[in-house]
Amino acid sequence: MSKLTPPVNKNDHTQGPASAPLTLVEYGDYQCPHCGAAYPILKRIEHEYAGRLRFVFRNFPLSNVHEFALPAALAAEAAGKQQRFWEMHDLLFQHQDELSRMAIQEFAMVLRLNIPVFKMDLQDKALEEKIESDFESGVRSGVNGTPSFFINGTKYNGAYDQRSLSKAIAEHLQPA
Amino acid sequence: MLQKNDLAPDFELFATPDQKFALHELRGRNVILAFYPADWSPVCGDQMSLYNEMLKFFKKFNAELLGISVDSKWSHMAYMQDRKLHFSLLSDFNPKGETARKYGVYDEKESTCERALFVIDGNGIIQWSYLSPVAINPGADGIIEALENIQQNKHEYV
Repeated sequence: MSKLTPPVNKNDHTQGPASAPLTLVEYGDYQCPHCGAAYPILKRIEHEYAGRLRFVFRNFPLSNVHEFALPAALAAEAAGKQQRFWEMHDLLFQHQDELSRMAIQEFAMVLRLNIPVFKMDLQDKALEEKIESDFESGVRSGVNGTPSFFINGTKYNGAYDQRSLSKAIAEHLQPA
Repeated sequence: MLQKNDLAPDFELFATPDQKFALHELRGRNVILAFYPADWSPVCGDQMSLYNEMLKFFKKFNAELLGISVDSKWSHMAYMQDRKLHFSLLSDFNPKGETARKYGVYDEKESTCERALFVIDGNGIIQWSYLSPVAINPGADGIIEALENIQQNKHEYV
């Protein structure tokens, strides 16, 4: 069974309490339509299990087939340097159909980011390396497409509709 | 299906509409052979599109990736352009499936290659092979592990 390698760590973007009994990791691509479809479902799941679930997003951009996958991932990471990763993450998925370099600039303005710093960070090799290292960790963990999910470190191979995901999470939360 | 320590049978197949490519041309380098049933899987879960993003990692292991299916060289060309693939797709088209048969991964019922992976070392010896269920993209964790093992063994003997 495929294991999350490396485990969730300080380099990850997380939502929800670190002490949560359940950690859900998504490997995703901001331009992947399936990830776009999963986005509102994950929001509902996070709401349903608030306080008991920690959500983690790792980048898995298919840059050759999705022109804006890497620019979008960089935008989220650059926003993260201004402590606004999740706000950018939300905007990117909410406006997935309109993704462009221009749109990314607009999102940065909507979030009132420091634009010169944001633009500089988009060029930062270290951010690109972070994204690559997310990708490599995905490959090593057995990610074979997006979105891929890990529940408490183990690859989840079921469907990502709300009922299936919620059921899998509930099963993990039940005391053994 | 050929296994670890088997000699990788040589073959010569079309890589572009007018150029053939032979396995022995890659002697001295590690080779990843990815047999797959057909071009044009949906993008987000597409095995070839995934590997396309990994060429940089494969390069670190001095490994060359070759995709092989029974699709024609023309289908391969269109598929490669559409998905912006930066590695060679070989056409096991005539005689159909001959190379897949040599490796023991031809699906006679469907008349396509199975979904199978081989990692071959610089001496042309298979170091790892894996047969995946046709509908499941096997990812690349097994490939990376096999390449790491080759690299480690090399260090031990040098």
